[in-house]
Amino acid sequence: MTRDELIARVKERLGDKIVQWTDKSARRIYVEVKPEDVPETSRFLFRELEARLSIATGLDTPVAIEVLYHWAFDQCGLILTVRTKLNRDKPVIESIARICKGAEWIEREMWELLGITFQNHPDMRHLLLTDDWPEGSYPLRRDYVKENKGAND
Amino acid sequence: MTKKTIIPIGPYHPLQEEPEFFKLHVEGEKVVGLDIELGYNHRGIEKLAELKTFEQTVFLVERICGICSTSHPLACVQAVEDAGEVEVPERAQYIRTVIGELERLHSHMLWLGLAGHFLGFNTVWMWAWRYREPILELFELITGNRNHYAMMKPGGVRRDIKVEDIPTIRKTLADLKGPICLFRDAVTDDPLIHARLQGVGTLTKQQALDYCAVGPTARASGVAKDVRKDHPHLAYGRVDFKIITGKNGDVFDKAVVRILETLESIKIIEQCLEVLKTMPGPVDSNPKEIKAGEGIGTYEAPRGEVIHYIRSDGGNRPVRHKVRAPSFMNVPTNQTTVIGHSVADATIILAAVDPCYCCTERMAAVDAGTGRRIWSSAELIRLSQEKTAKLKKEMGVEGPRLKI
Repeated sequence: MTRDELIARVKERLGDKIVQWTDKSARRIYVEVKPEDVPETSRFLFRELEARLSIATGLDTPVAIEVLYHWAFDQCGLILTVRTKLNRDKPVIESIARICKGAEWIEREMWELLGITFQNHPDMRHLLLTDDWPEGSYPLRRDYVKENKGAND
Repeated sequence: MTKKTIIPIGPYHPLQEEPEFFKLHVEGEKVVGLDIELGYNHRGIEKLAELKTFEQTVFLVERICGICSTSHPLACVQAVEDAGEVEVPERAQYIRTVIGELERLHSHMLWLGLAGHFLGFNTVWMWAWRYREPILELFELITGNRNHYAMMKPGGVRRDIKVEDIPTIRKTLADLKGPICLFRDAVTDDPLIHARLQGVGTLTKQQALDYCAVGPTARASGVAKDVRKDHPHLAYGRVDFKIITGKNGDVFDKAVVRILETLESIKIIEQCLEVLKTMPGPVDSNPKEIKAGEGIGTYEAPRGEVIHYIRSDGGNRPVRHKVRAPSFMNVPTNQTTVIGHSVADATIILAAVDPCYCCTERMAAVDAGTGRRIWSSAELIRLSQEKTAKLKKEMGVEGPRLKI
């Protein structure tokens, strides 16, 4: 599958689910979809187009919490990033770990570091932080205040 | 019904180099489940990166891992360059390729030595590390450091490879081919290694795809994916090399894939050096600022694809820096590969109780009268090979040599 064929298939299938399409460069494409369309988009990319989930990035911005799923299309040297924006006050999204096993760990990581709730995740618990990490304290949030302040300063 | 027991391995265990916690659920000798606990090494690098400038960040990510200490910087600078649309001079691309491949060489040799050690095959351990040493010396020659080379920067590399050093590099690499071929033959020919590794810890092709596994772990299962080929960057589109794949996805294939990859790395470096001999030009484009935007950088580290995502708001620091190392995708595959095996096989990386050859590396039989060495290293290798042949005969496994 060439790059153009791939783009045509994605555009055709996602249709008006695409909020924004950005051709960053020959090898990088960013597509924004609504949070509720993420599972179907993921199923399409992973199962039908046989993309590889390279990783997902979660990040906190003043207006929204963004989740970016980086899908690698190794047959045409392209990384297609699916972007979705979640409500900062209540970031909730459906887990894609049941669709793509490779997403299981990164969703656990995004939950504990950014406080994103992944619904129907098969095994949601701490990955990197300790099990007794205080609830509701998310280190990668912009408004995170370091506990025990002054200890290292 | 057999009682289910949990065997803890880690988080601190004499045979682990790094803290991690494997909970093996066993019924008798059989492993029925595995739970992996991480986080003992979590240093908050992504958070720290937000406090560093784009130039400083490279030094930070270089310290994520001491073994693939150039793969992270390579992915990182490419992410910055992708975000800021920075040009990189041709000569710098070739130098980056050389450094990256030298690292693959030393990393695969290190793994080979460790694998040998964990199997109780200490000859391989000693020899692999002995032949890894000249590669570290090459690093010192080129970069000034045996490890943490500090070569990468956004826009290029920090040091040029001197034309007068090229013959030394070529000579060292040429000398390395013999020993690597020796390892290749020793591993593919040894009936004990076959018995120990073949059919053990198998990851099927479908499982590799499901887990999105990368690097030699995926390639041993027949997934021919390699960032160097699939997403051509640096000089990889301009040199000739093969992607090494296996068929069975067992520990044996993973070993063979890594050994054969080292020969490909030498091939790549030699081609790059040929170009570097005459190619003129700067090695750094000296970008002054990184404009606002986002970028992704990937590189095929020795263990598989490493990916960095960077977002810039136009300032001198990233507002978000995401790092994903290959093991993040590969370690979860252990959850399927150990199931159904015995405890001894599941902990193959920790077990060192298998029968092995006597270690010949450290022996030097000297005639007390004349001071002459009785056994030369060639003779010792011959003795070792004769013993392999004898063992094969005894075990009744005389047959065609296994090739991948």
